[in-house]
Amino acid sequence: MSDGGTTHPITVTINGETYERTVLARTLLVHFIRDVLHLKGTHIGCDTGNCGACTVMYDGRTIKSCMMLAAQADGAEIQTVEGLAENGELSAIQRAFHEHHGLQCGYCTPGLLMSTTVLLRDNPHPSEAEIRRGIRGNVCRCTGYVNVVRSIEAAAEEVAK
Amino acid sequence: MRAETAAPPAERVDRLGKWSGTSVPRKEDRRLLQGQGAFADDAWQARMGYAHFVRSPVAHARIVSIDTSKAESLDGVFATLTGQEVRELTDPFFQIAPEPGGKIEEYCLATDKVRYQGDAVALVLAESRDIARDAAELVEVEYDPLPAVVDTVAAADPDAPVLHDEVGSNVVWHGVYDYGDVDWALENADHVVKIDRLHFHRFSSTPLECSAAVVNWDPGTGVVEIYSNNQMPMFASLVIGPSLGVPSNRLQFRSQDIGGAFGIKIGSYPQLAGLALLSRKARRPVKWTEYRTDHMLSAGHGNERVFLDIEVPVMSDGTILGFKVRAFDDAGAYLHYEPLGAVIWSQVTPGCYRFKHIRVDYTETVTNKCPTVPNRGYSRLQHLWLTERIVDTVAHELGFDPVELRKQNYIQPEDYPYETPNGCIYDSGNLPKALDLALEAIDYPAWRQRQQELGKGSGKRIGIGIGTTLDSGTNNFGQARIVNPGLPFSGNGEAAYVKLDLYGEVNVNLGTTPQGQSHETTASQVVADILGVSPDDVNVTSGFDQRHNTYVAFSGTYASQFAVTGLGAAMGAAEDLRAEIVKVAAFALEASEEDIELEDGQAYVRGDRERAIPFIGIANLVYSNVAAMPGELADSVSLNCRHTYRPPFEVPDPETKRGNLTLTYASQTHACVVEIDEESGEVKILDYAVADDCGRLINPTIVDGQVHGATAHGIGAALYEALEYDEDGQLMQSSFYEYHAVTALDVPPIKTVHVETPSPFTPNGAKGMGEGGGAPLHAVCSAIQDALDDEAPVVCHTHNPWERVYRLLHPEPGTGRGVGVESR
Repeated sequence: MSDGGTTHPITVTINGETYERTVLARTLLVHFIRDVLHLKGTHIGCDTGNCGACTVMYDGRTIKSCMMLAAQADGAEIQTVEGLAENGELSAIQRAFHEHHGLQCGYCTPGLLMSTTVLLRDNPHPSEAEIRRGIRGNVCRCTGYVNVVRSIEAAAEEVAK
Repeated sequence: MRAETAAPPAERVDRLGKWSGTSVPRKEDRRLLQGQGAFADDAWQARMGYAHFVRSPVAHARIVSIDTSKAESLDGVFATLTGQEVRELTDPFFQIAPEPGGKIEEYCLATDKVRYQGDAVALVLAESRDIARDAAELVEVEYDPLPAVVDTVAAADPDAPVLHDEVGSNVVWHGVYDYGDVDWALENADHVVKIDRLHFHRFSSTPLECSAAVVNWDPGTGVVEIYSNNQMPMFASLVIGPSLGVPSNRLQFRSQDIGGAFGIKIGSYPQLAGLALLSRKARRPVKWTEYRTDHMLSAGHGNERVFLDIEVPVMSDGTILGFKVRAFDDAGAYLHYEPLGAVIWSQVTPGCYRFKHIRVDYTETVTNKCPTVPNRGYSRLQHLWLTERIVDTVAHELGFDPVELRKQNYIQPEDYPYETPNGCIYDSGNLPKALDLALEAIDYPAWRQRQQELGKGSGKRIGIGIGTTLDSGTNNFGQARIVNPGLPFSGNGEAAYVKLDLYGEVNVNLGTTPQGQSHETTASQVVADILGVSPDDVNVTSGFDQRHNTYVAFSGTYASQFAVTGLGAAMGAAEDLRAEIVKVAAFALEASEEDIELEDGQAYVRGDRERAIPFIGIANLVYSNVAAMPGELADSVSLNCRHTYRPPFEVPDPETKRGNLTLTYASQTHACVVEIDEESGEVKILDYAVADDCGRLINPTIVDGQVHGATAHGIGAALYEALEYDEDGQLMQSSFYEYHAVTALDVPPIKTVHVETPSPFTPNGAKGMGEGGGAPLHAVCSAIQDALDDEAPVVCHTHNPWERVYRLLHPEPGTGRGVGVESR
């Protein structure tokens, strides 16, 4: 890119793979993930950190990747939706969303799956209220959250087995 | 042979049942759960540039000058495009409106004036999205500000600032819908209930994915490739093709996964036209993705409507005879799909009730606000909210029980098919039963008791509300003639291909553009039933591609119709294919066609499963072993079957404004319990239930999902979501900071129950659904009213944030109640 401005070399590990790239200072982490690395599963919905479509796991916690610069992510370990299934086998959370109709258009789903992954890791037996609080940063316009909550409850039961 | 899908199931062999009616898991999920969907912003082409629109910061102004030179000299900028160039290169978009609205001259960029904050004046193309945005800021536009008008009633005033000089005023359409004899009813009624003003506010279902596209005007072929998330590409083609001077066979729309649309993405065609011109000028593919603020400012809002001077004649036994109203609809600055909303509401003229005498004096105006576009429940939900406020207010003012009054005035189960005063035929329903089920689901008597027990001084109020609504689906486009008798539109339809592929695999190809409605799954269910295979064996091509998919001008995904039109088309094509398979099998098995059955991907002779030929054998004969068949048979089969489903409609009468405007009437009855905090006005939903009737259920789980989504949109609009302009025409909610798209903390658990009254008019007994008819707006307003004192003002806004509810609880002294009764 001939975009003027300073650049920074960064090393980032995403879904177990290490990438070394030089990024513009103003490139957002979400644009780096989508446009530079072509990992298109992470989505953009609002640009202001409200909707959670860009949620990824960053050093073990969830962040909204539109709220961070790629240059800040130097040295980070990141997991995106592409890293959830193993060898084509859906994770228990992904299976639960499928079995309980926890998605319609699927645009918010990658972010919701990442939030759910961290929610259930930290609290394997959440109450309904805890589930709702755990996904309050993820806007879904299709499901009214009814089947999302149901899917997360089912995933919790499955993971607990 | 032609499969007559227009005929209802009673007149055809009904093969649905094994898979249709069961909650088959979705085919779409696997890719979407793994981040493998293909959304519009995921598209990429070599050499492409990134486009950014330059938008007006003011609501109304003359454009004095535009200077793009600084932008063009920025490193990395490929091209710019201004309104003046657009005016030279294109014709204005055609208008659905007759004169005066039809005189509006709209291009894909503003030419001489800007008419709302966010109106696009120029486009910039650069090698990155950030450079494009930098360059857009360097475009210098001089504006000469004009006074703005943001209220639809004020806009209709002859002295208001005029948006479109060529129209002469802001009134773009006016008509009177007059059925029965409302003057007689008002004279002879025992009571007349009068409501001063009801206001249905602006909001948007704000799909989480903003509008996006990659557009390439191929200089070699002259084809304009549009990979986008537009949800009604055939309508877009009809509008932008003539404007650009491109024949429709050189417009190639494509989409795969669409991140929600809800009607809003019907409105992206002006932007797509601008991107096409920019691509031609720059000789590059053009990529564009809205920022959320672009979307909030300019992608389109739902219609705002004001109802004035409502008069309701009521008999002493509670029979409501009808109503009279003046309606003002705010279309925003340009007519995008409007003024179709000025007739579409009349699909549900009497709502769910046996009203006989109705007069609606309907005015549509432009204002200095974002253009409106169809938004989930388009134009009917505004009118249905009016009918529900009427019934609710009559109950409160005259002391009728709100449940019994509704049941008494509902269209009764034995009335169907029911002809409304304007000639619409309601196909089926059981509203009293639906209300009973919804009330049972919330345990209505228990809440009434809690309400009584909650004494004064507790600081809390409980209110129970009911919302009954219709989700009319499968439009008769002939209703367009009621707003403009010169329009050559009528009927409706959808097309589908079903084929056997080389090894006998079943493939389905639709004309629709789904955005979460699970078309791949439900189409596979009906086709599986007809061809005797499993849904897993049916591949439904994902998304829409104008190069390969079949379509009619009505194709797309909108207006609660897929279960009827889309599945009707798939069923018809599958029936045709079935007939061909039977024909080939009869030859191969030396049996008569009447004796051939299909099951498990095989054709066999009834009574002898050993005499069978698998679909791979059928495909082999037709595709690669053709000399083994008699020539006559070979010439009569292709295993590639296309079917257009055509609902049985006639052209409505524009003079009397009568006709059957819609094929199906799904209904929803909502029951809602709210708790209101007296000190703050905060409204909390304590219980919520929906009884849904969409006829025969093809996939109950998917239907429930649609009900949940529509309910969340309505609750959001009733309590949290509004698009409001200040008096200068500045939008006050231009991002998700200010526009509170509801979260999991705002939407309560939603209970659903089903009433199943099959439609006698559709190929499968299903009624289209999904839009939901805005029932939460009705139910929440009804519940708030129920919680208030008897002498409180009437709940007259759809949007009820804390401050507004506080004012209902504690009215300013001297302000009226907004309602009155004349009794004789």
